[in-house]
Amino acid sequence: MALDKEDVVKIAHLARLQVADSEIDATTERLSSILGMIEQLQAAPTDGIEPMAHPTDAVQRLREDVVTESNHRDQYQSIAPATEDGLYLVPQVIE
Amino acid sequence: MSWEVVIGLEVHVQLATQSKIFSGSATTFGAEPNTQAALIDLGMPGVLPVLNADAVTKAIKFGLGIDAEITPRSVFARKNYFYPDLPKGYQISQFELPIVGKGHVDITLEDGSTKRIGVTRAHLEEDAGKSLHEDFQGMTGIDLNRAGTPLLEIVSEPDMRSAKEAVAYAKAIHSLIRYLNISDGNMSQGSMRCDCNVSLRQKGETEFGTRREIKNVNSFRFVEKAINAEIEWQMDELESGRKIQQATVLYDPVKDKTFAMRSKEEANDYRYFPDPDLLPLEVTEQMMNRVRADLPELPGQKIERFMTELELSEYDARVLAADRVLADYFETVVSVSGAKPKLCANWVSVELLGALNKNDQEIDASPVSAAQLGGLLKRIADNTISGKIAKQIFEELWNNGGTADDIIESKGLKQETDTGAIEAIVDQVIADSPDQVAQFLAADDNKRKKLIGYFVGQTMKASKGKANPQMVNQILAKKLV
Amino acid sequence: MHSQTLKALSDALAAGDVSSQELTQHFLDRIKQHDPAVNSFITVTEEQALAQAKAADQRRAAGNAAPLTGVPIAHKDIFCTQGIKTSCASKMLDNFIAPYNATVVEKMADAGMVTLGKTNMDEFAMGSSNETSYYGPVKNPWQTEHVPGGSSGGSAAAVAARLTPAATGTDTGGSIRQPASLCGITGLKPTYGRVSRWGMIAFASSLDQGGPMTQTAEDAALLMNAMAGFDPKDSTSTDIEVPDYTASLTQPLDGLRIGLPRQFFEQGLDADVGKVVQEAIAQYEKLGATLVDIELPNTHLSIPAYYVVAPAEASSNLSRFDGVRFGYRCKDPADLEDLYKRSRGEGFGEEVKRRIMIGTYALSAGYYDAYYLKAQKVRRLIKNDFDEAFNNVDVIMGPTAPNAGFKLGEKAADPVSMYLSDIYTISVNMAGLPGISIPAGMSNGLPVGLQIIGNYFDESRLLNVAHRYQQETGWHAQLPAAFA
Repeated sequence: MALDKEDVVKIAHLARLQVADSEIDATTERLSSILGMIEQLQAAPTDGIEPMAHPTDAVQRLREDVVTESNHRDQYQSIAPATEDGLYLVPQVIE
Repeated sequence: MSWEVVIGLEVHVQLATQSKIFSGSATTFGAEPNTQAALIDLGMPGVLPVLNADAVTKAIKFGLGIDAEITPRSVFARKNYFYPDLPKGYQISQFELPIVGKGHVDITLEDGSTKRIGVTRAHLEEDAGKSLHEDFQGMTGIDLNRAGTPLLEIVSEPDMRSAKEAVAYAKAIHSLIRYLNISDGNMSQGSMRCDCNVSLRQKGETEFGTRREIKNVNSFRFVEKAINAEIEWQMDELESGRKIQQATVLYDPVKDKTFAMRSKEEANDYRYFPDPDLLPLEVTEQMMNRVRADLPELPGQKIERFMTELELSEYDARVLAADRVLADYFETVVSVSGAKPKLCANWVSVELLGALNKNDQEIDASPVSAAQLGGLLKRIADNTISGKIAKQIFEELWNNGGTADDIIESKGLKQETDTGAIEAIVDQVIADSPDQVAQFLAADDNKRKKLIGYFVGQTMKASKGKANPQMVNQILAKKLV
Repeated sequence: MHSQTLKALSDALAAGDVSSQELTQHFLDRIKQHDPAVNSFITVTEEQALAQAKAADQRRAAGNAAPLTGVPIAHKDIFCTQGIKTSCASKMLDNFIAPYNATVVEKMADAGMVTLGKTNMDEFAMGSSNETSYYGPVKNPWQTEHVPGGSSGGSAAAVAARLTPAATGTDTGGSIRQPASLCGITGLKPTYGRVSRWGMIAFASSLDQGGPMTQTAEDAALLMNAMAGFDPKDSTSTDIEVPDYTASLTQPLDGLRIGLPRQFFEQGLDADVGKVVQEAIAQYEKLGATLVDIELPNTHLSIPAYYVVAPAEASSNLSRFDGVRFGYRCKDPADLEDLYKRSRGEGFGEEVKRRIMIGTYALSAGYYDAYYLKAQKVRRLIKNDFDEAFNNVDVIMGPTAPNAGFKLGEKAADPVSMYLSDIYTISVNMAGLPGISIPAGMSNGLPVGLQIIGNYFDESRLLNVAHRYQQETGWHAQLPAAFA
C-alpha cells in the first residue's frame, strides 16, 4: 500500500511529529516501502484465528487498594522542563 | 413543526478507592498540586500499571445494582490522544469489552409514573489531571493529582425525552452510587460529571438526528439548564432550515448558552488498541459471590419495604429512600424514637429536609443527628410534649445542640396532662369569654366545630402551649354545653 | 583478569584472590583505554562503581556475600538507574536523570553487583546495527568498520571487548541475540514474563524482555538466578518459581531432540553462516542429540507481523515523550501543538519517527483491522507453529542472524533490508519463547552465532544445552586481538 504526501502529513500530525517539508518526499517513500513489505500479511489465511495480544494466557493480577506512594514532587519536578508553584507549565491551552 | 428530543447521558463517577486505579498514590481531594502524582501517574519512562482490586469490586457492585451482565473477561485498551493533562499520551480505558454490560435504571417522572432507562455499558478507566488556566506568564499549569483516579463511565441508551428525564436519570445514578457506597457522588468536587448527548428529530421519525455532546456538566440544575439551552439552540437551527453538525460543546451558565469547544474541533482518531501492559480482567463466579454477599439493600427494595413494613405512602417512601444517607437517617429516627414511622417520615421529610434546604446543607452534615431527632420524637410519642412544642425544641437542637430531654427539663416544656389543672385553665377561659360562649351556644354543630378553635387556642396560650391538646378538646367539649 | 568469565571472577572474589575494588578499577581502566574504539558506553559511573565495589568488599568481609557480590556489570541505557542519566540513546532523554531504579537494576544491586555504567544502544531499542544511537554508532570489536548488531550493541561490544564481564540487554525482536551473535558472545532472551519490565523503558510492551549478555552460558545462568523472578509491579510478570539455573548446566544431552526448521536454512542465509551452524549441529549429534526436521511455515510472516505490532505499541508507548514533565523540550514553543511537534520532531531520530508513524497508521481509523488485527492473528499462527513443533522436539536450532556483522552504513539507507537481519529471531518474540545465541564459529574474521530456542520457561534446558557445547568448544573464549 503506497502512501501519498497527504497521508504522511496526516499521520505526522496524529503522532505530533514535525516533519519538514523538505523531508516529506523521502519519508513518504520509506514509509511506503515498509508498508509494501507489511502487505504480505494480507495473503495469510486467518479466518477463525483468535487475535493474540499477549504471549501468555494469564489474566490480570489485582493490587490491594492501599496507598503506598508518598510525595516526591520536588524530586520529580527537578527533571521537568518548566514548573511553577508545583505545576508543570505548558503553553496556554484554549478550550 | 413538532420536534422530539432525544437524550443520552454519559456519567463519569469517581470510585471512592483509597489509591489510584493503576498506582499506589492517594486519591484525596484538594491536596497541593502534584503531591499525589507518583511515577506511574506522571507517566515516567519505564513505569507499568497494576490494577486496583477495589476499583474492580466497585464496578461489579454497580453492575449488580443495575441488573447488568458482568463481562467474565473484560479488556483494558489505550485511547491515544495528546493533551497536557494526559501524561502518557493515552488514557487507559475499556473499549470493546467493558466490565459492565447492558442494564437498566428506573426513574420516577413528575406525574409519579416510572420509566425504565437502558444502560448500554459501564467501563473502568483512569481520570486525567487538571489544567489550570490562571495566568502563569501566559502559560497553563498542569496538576496531575487527579490523574489515575478510578472512574466508572456509565453510558445510557438514548432513552430520555426531556431535560427533566435526564435529571431524574442523573439523580437515580447518583442515588445508586451512594447506596452502593462506591462513590461520594460529590458533584461540586467533580466526583460525578455528566456528558449529555442531545439531538432532535421530527415527531414520528425513527432515525436519530445529529447529536451534539455537552461536556462536563457538574450539577443537576445545570444538566437541566444546559440541555434546555441546547434544545432551544438546535430547534432554532433546524427551524431556520440549517443542519446540525456533530460537535462537542460546553455550557456557559452565565449566558445560559452552549458553545462549541475550540480545542476539539478536529475529528479525533483515538487509535484504541488493547493495552499490552495489562492482561484481560477476569471476573470469577467467586468474586461475584463475594460482591453479591456484600451488596446493600437497593433503592427499589427499600421503597418496597418502607411501604409494606413501615406502611409509608409511596410518595414518602420514595422521598426517604432516594438517598442512602437520608434513608439510614430516617430508619435511625424510627428505631430511636419508637414513634410511628409515619410521624418520623413527616418530621424527616418536612421539618428536617426543609431546614436543610433553607440552609443549603446536605444530610451528611445535618446539625441535628438522627439520634437527636429520634430522642425528640420519642417525647411526642409518649405524650411528654406536643408537636408544637417539639418544633420549638427542634429549632433549639438545630441552633444549639443538646438533647430533647435536657431542653424539655431546663425550659419546663413538659406537657400538662393533669385533668384538674387543665380544667382550671378552661374554666378561666370560659369565664373570660362570655360573648364567645354565647355565640358558641347559639351555633349549630357545624359552626361549633369552627368556633371551638377559639377556646382551644386561648387555653393553649394560657398554658404556654404545654396543655395536652387532646385533653383540652375533651374538657372543652364537656364544659361548653 | 578481564578475559576471565564472570564465574571465574566470582570464584576469585570468593577465594579472596582479588577484591571488588581492584576488579572494578581494572575494568574502569579498560573502558577508559579501549572504549573510544568501540563507543560501547554512553555513561561511565566511575565514582558510584568504586563506592559500590567498596561496599561489596565490606559485605564480603562481613560474610554476607552472594555469588555475584563485587562482580562488575554494565546496564543497557534502557534500564532506569536512579540518579544516573538514562537516555535510551535518544536526544529526547539526553537530560533525563531517572528518578528510580528498574527492578533488574535493583536486583543486580541487591546481589552486590557493581554498575560500571550504561551501554550504548539503538535509539529506543529500534535498530539492528546500533547506528540509530544519538551518541553515535557502536563498532564491532572484531572489525571496527563493521556493526555490532543491535539494539543491545553497546552491551554486546562491551562484553566482547572485555570491558565488562557481563551486561544486561533487552530483546524485542532479537536485540539481545543478534548483537550477541555478531559480537561472539552469549545472549539469552528469557521467556516473556520471566524478567520484570518495571523500569525498562518500553519499546513494544508485549514483546520486550530483558536478559543477560555474557561470555558463557554458565555466566548467563548465574545472572539469571539474580535477575529472573516475579515482580508485583509488572502485571505481565509471571508468578512461577525461579529454578537454580546453574543446577542443571552439566546434564548430559543424550536423547535430546533438536528441531531444525526448514525455513531457517532457506534462501537469504549466508553460506558461511549456514556452514558454521551445520557444524555446531553436528557437534550436538556427537553429544548424543537426535535431529528432527520440522516446519515453521509462517516464519516469513513474522517480519511483516512484527513491523505492525511493535510499531503500533511503540507509537503509543512513546507518546509520553512530549516535552512536558521530563526530557527534551524544544526552544520557545509558539503554542501547545508547536511544543509537541517540535519537541518530538527534534528529540526523536529518524528510525524512531518512522516506526511511530507506521504504528500510528496501523492503528488509525479504517486500517486497524487490515493491519493491527491481522498482525495479531498472524502472531497466533506463528505461536501455533512453535507449539506444534515442541510436541516433537526439546529445542529448536538454527542461525541467530542470516549474516555476520555487515559494514557500518551498508543498510542504513534501506530500512527493509535492515529489518531482515531479524528474520530468525523475531518469531521467538512474537511467540514469547526463550532463545539464546552462542558463539559457534567465524566468517571472514567475524563471529557467527547459533540460536537455540526453547519451550516456555525452559531456560534451564537452553542454558544446559548451550553450556554442554561450550564445554566441548572454544568459540566463546575467543576475544578480538585488539582487546586482548
